[in-house]
Amino acid sequence: MRPLALIAGLAGAVALLPAVVESGFVLNMAIMTLYTALIAQAWNILGGFGGQFSFGHAVFFGTGAYAMAVLQVKLGLNAWLALPVALTLGAAVGAMIGALTFRYGLRGSYFALVTLAFAEVFRILANTFQFTGAGVGIQIPLRESAADLQFAGKPGFLFAILALTVASLVIAWWLKHSRYGAWLQAVRDNEDSAAALGVDVFRVKLAAIALSGALMSAGGAFYLQYFRYVDPHIAYGPAISVEALLAAIVGGMGTIFGPLLGALVLHGLGEATRSLMQNAPGINLVIYGVLLVLIVMFLPRGIAGLFGRKA
Amino acid sequence: MLDPAIVFASVLNGLTTGAVYALIALGLTLIYGVLHIINFAHGAALMAALYGVYFLHQKAGVDPYLALPLMVPAMFGAGYLLYRWVIGRASHGRDENILLVTLGIAIVLENLALYLWRSDTRTIETAYTFAMVPIGAAMIAAPKLAAFAGALCATAALLYVVTRTDLGRAIRACAKERQGARLVGIDVEHVFAMSFGIGLACLGAAACFLLPAYYVNPQVGSGFVLIAFTIVVLGGMGSFVGALAGGLLIGVVESLGGLWLGESLGQIGIFLIFIAVLLFRPQGLFGARA
Repeated sequence: MRPLALIAGLAGAVALLPAVVESGFVLNMAIMTLYTALIAQAWNILGGFGGQFSFGHAVFFGTGAYAMAVLQVKLGLNAWLALPVALTLGAAVGAMIGALTFRYGLRGSYFALVTLAFAEVFRILANTFQFTGAGVGIQIPLRESAADLQFAGKPGFLFAILALTVASLVIAWWLKHSRYGAWLQAVRDNEDSAAALGVDVFRVKLAAIALSGALMSAGGAFYLQYFRYVDPHIAYGPAISVEALLAAIVGGMGTIFGPLLGALVLHGLGEATRSLMQNAPGINLVIYGVLLVLIVMFLPRGIAGLFGRKA
Repeated sequence: MLDPAIVFASVLNGLTTGAVYALIALGLTLIYGVLHIINFAHGAALMAALYGVYFLHQKAGVDPYLALPLMVPAMFGAGYLLYRWVIGRASHGRDENILLVTLGIAIVLENLALYLWRSDTRTIETAYTFAMVPIGAAMIAAPKLAAFAGALCATAALLYVVTRTDLGRAIRACAKERQGARLVGIDVEHVFAMSFGIGLACLGAAACFLLPAYYVNPQVGSGFVLIAFTIVVLGGMGSFVGALAGGLLIGVVESLGGLWLGESLGQIGIFLIFIAVLLFRPQGLFGARA
């Protein structure tokens, strides 16, 4: 099946879900899976298509979440107006980190470590300043109306995250089929050859990290609207960086549907362990860690790799 | 302005912490220098070693310092097998893969500890926990002083092994030219696993010196990971002298940063140094340009 038709089919099926199922549990599962797919796709754009492994994608996630929270609570802005600001800030932080790191030619492990350090710096800053609520974090008031980007029930949130995730899938499809996407993948496969063929490596990577940052901050913005609370550890802690990278790698880096597959697998496994072992903190992450090692060992192209090159 | 006596005490405190940082970073820099991999599981392995020391003390009544002859070989063995069974097999010759595998190991270890021992922060109490030693105008906690001396001795021992023994020669040969080492009959995979084991053995020693004045919980390692990376990068990847100097320097920076900027913001100095060094002088202060 053609990827765009598949995306449309999936979107239609999920959109019909609230009409068929009323269980809040199922709808919440669907929302959280799509949300993981979104942040994994954000990581995938830079890591999978661009070959730049970030260990600190939380820096964009947290920026999106905090931008939404600060703009709404401290400046009284409407959530719909805050959203584009949050995305722009995510892209700007991405461009800033990219400009610094790519200008000095950091690659591979060094890039991974620097992104992690940036996330830590942001976490400490958010933990220090009253502006971001310091260690206490920020809670946004409950206003259950679509005009405030909050919804009275799960279906509203489901449609919102579905729209974002579909947009991320279309972006991934575009990367597979556009000139820019070809440049980005050429940079991933061999930076020196790409440069020799006239690709402006620096600008291609810069655009990728800005795009990735914007999508990741959309994930942060959604998180804030859904849970209405953010603190430095949620926003900039390592957990969110790991979640994004894990789902993308397990599902298949550099593929359109890999992050979605990875999100499905992770949430499926998470639910299974939760029902098998009550009150076992950390055990699902133990399984995720083992899965990551096994995937790198035996399935470097992820689950999507099982479906051949087209996926 | 701050009282010079306070600053002096703060510098001394920083040096004692820095010596332990240096020991942790030495293991990391050895693994990097030989295997050219960044061991992301270093912090988690330190956490595991700290739990080892903790339970030896709680369940068997072994003094943390007497636990050294147990912890060092145990961590060495764990590292050797971890490399042989997991890391070596998963590499497929790509750096990024190893980075991801060690990240996976870190996730597993940290959350296994969380599952087994919950997130409680644990400390041990010994006869000398609160003993103080006067140095000049400053009072330094005895365990910290012992950690300082112990970390320096362990560093000396490591340097001896690497520079004076046949194993050290083999390690350096593999670090410089693994193909050539293979051709002259060195079992390269074995040497790699030995290096990884020695790297973790440093953590076993560090844990014994650290616990009397420190604490352990499942997340304790992540605090050390970036600090150890900073030291390694600052000193130059693969440089032992650099790791020692970098460790002491970072210890002092952290201590003084905490004094002037407060506990929370003080940490930021380390990460800013890390980012700045990676950007402007990636070969570090003592490392050769790659």
